[in-house]
Amino acid sequence: MPSNTSSRPKASLGLTLAAFGTLLFLHVPMWIIFLYTFTPDETTYKFPLPGFTTKWFGIALQRADLWRSLTLSLQVAAIATFIALILGTLAAAAVYRSKFFGRESISFLLVLPIALPGIVTGIALRSAIGGLDIPFSFWTIVIGHATFCVVVVYNNVLARFRRTSATMIEASMDLGANSFQTFRHVVLPNIATALLAGGMLAFALSFDEVIVTTFTAGQQTTLPIWIFSQLSRPRDRPVTNVVATFVILITFIPIFIAQKISADASDTEGDSK
Amino acid sequence: MTNNPSTPAIRFNKVSRHFGDVKAVDEVDLEIINGEFFSMLGPSGSGKTTCLRMIAGFDRPTSGSIYLYGQDVSNLPPYERDVNTVFQDYALFPHMNVGDNVAYGLMIKKVSKAERTKRVDEMLELVQLKGFAGRKPSQLSGGQRQRVALARALINHPKVLLLDEPLGALDLKLRQQMQIELKNIQKQVGITFIFVTHDQEEAITMSDRIAVFNQGKIEQIGSPSQIYERPASTFVAGFVGTSNLIQGEAAKRINGSDQTFSIRPEKIHLGSLGEKNGSDMISLDGVVRDVVYLGLYTRYLVDIDGGGDLIVIQQNLKTTSMDVLSIKGQKVRLSWHKEHMVSIGV
Repeated sequence: MPSNTSSRPKASLGLTLAAFGTLLFLHVPMWIIFLYTFTPDETTYKFPLPGFTTKWFGIALQRADLWRSLTLSLQVAAIATFIALILGTLAAAAVYRSKFFGRESISFLLVLPIALPGIVTGIALRSAIGGLDIPFSFWTIVIGHATFCVVVVYNNVLARFRRTSATMIEASMDLGANSFQTFRHVVLPNIATALLAGGMLAFALSFDEVIVTTFTAGQQTTLPIWIFSQLSRPRDRPVTNVVATFVILITFIPIFIAQKISADASDTEGDSK
Repeated sequence: MTNNPSTPAIRFNKVSRHFGDVKAVDEVDLEIINGEFFSMLGPSGSGKTTCLRMIAGFDRPTSGSIYLYGQDVSNLPPYERDVNTVFQDYALFPHMNVGDNVAYGLMIKKVSKAERTKRVDEMLELVQLKGFAGRKPSQLSGGQRQRVALARALINHPKVLLLDEPLGALDLKLRQQMQIELKNIQKQVGITFIFVTHDQEEAITMSDRIAVFNQGKIEQIGSPSQIYERPASTFVAGFVGTSNLIQGEAAKRINGSDQTFSIRPEKIHLGSLGEKNGSDMISLDGVVRDVVYLGLYTRYLVDIDGGGDLIVIQQNLKTTSMDVLSIKGQKVRLSWHKEHMVSIGV
């Protein structure tokens, strides 16, 4: 908010330096990746760059295994997000609208998967899937990802429900709308931005997931796993860097939009009551 | 809508609503006349809002039936009842502008767009919000949101309009203005209004009839003047306005019978000691214990000789604050017309 910045006291030099230091600490590694996508020397990280080339982009484009992994990751993320949107919204609606025995526990259990270490979720899913004799496949990856994607959507939608007036639903029914019409004309528009934000976050989480994927995948290689496997092949390093740059972009955009939406929504809806 | 005018708009037949062990509404019988402005008055938790919610369909009776113009609606969902509600928190849809909010009921009924626009304009004019159709609810003041909520309900021409403490969130000036406006709108549209409030002044100002609720039951139904001047129970006498309740020993000494009676503070005349009064009047002497000067009037607390005390209110027609405050501690004679005393059963 530009209007407040002028009225706030100026930050001290130390604080400014600390803030910049933190930002550098977080972002310098990513710049390195970006920088070395242009190096002609594939094996070492020499500085300054021995030259400048864009040939690795062309090489990356022609790698069929890379494209397979990318498509797989996008598909998994899309479907896991879709499942999460439906299940997360339903769970949030149930916890918000009705009081039932064990409601608080269910709320807690829903949020637990995101707090649990991925390794635990991973091994648990692997045992369960193995125990049920389900072959490890595309769908087992999707199920694995959906477990934590549901939480993200659930949290976002529940927070939005708590901010909206409960009598709005009654008002809609009072004005002649049945449950379906009420959902379509009143509930959905009110949670739309929460769904978008939650969905984008879920997509981004799924897209770069490694741990749970390692436990639930069969022969499939998602993009993060493909990148991981490239570590043992130093001659391909610039190709990996190209992919990493691409992943940074593909993750950055939805997260950026999701944050923007949530911020806007909290600005405008705070005073609607 | 062909409503037979003699059929009650709303009829309750032994309606109860229990929440666990709590009898929120306890075997209520009630008839609301076609076209009247009816208020449900009572303290919070007295069952008035639950009654309203059962008429709207948000709540179902545990037992008993509710009739809307003769039709049993006890188990119909809200969207199948020809009643509309104005909510306490307005419950406007924040993602729609004022015009779309008002048009919502018509949109659901698939009324054509042109017809919708025309009726929205009419309604906004009725509630004095012409030209506001494009605004968002968040851009309106509390009073304006209130009017939008009213327009949104009235546009559907409901058989009965329910108002759930709609003026509660407004400041005093605006509330008084809205009271008059609501009453005018009701006369204009001729729809039965059922108004829930805990504010007795509001109920008295606007209503044709009032039902006073207490602990899930109706204590008294009547016109504002009946409720005020002839309270049927000690609860009504105490809840609606201020009353002096005199019972037992004191009642016997004053009135010759130990039947409880009430006398309104403004009906008592505060005179000087030894003042002569006619035989149709009751007179007693006492000492002024306390004086509160309130501008328009003054409230006195008088200890009666022989025990008990009475609240007396006198308008400051000729007296100033200096005059009234100097009376404190003095002996006075209180008197009132016998006809102003109301005998109360319990």
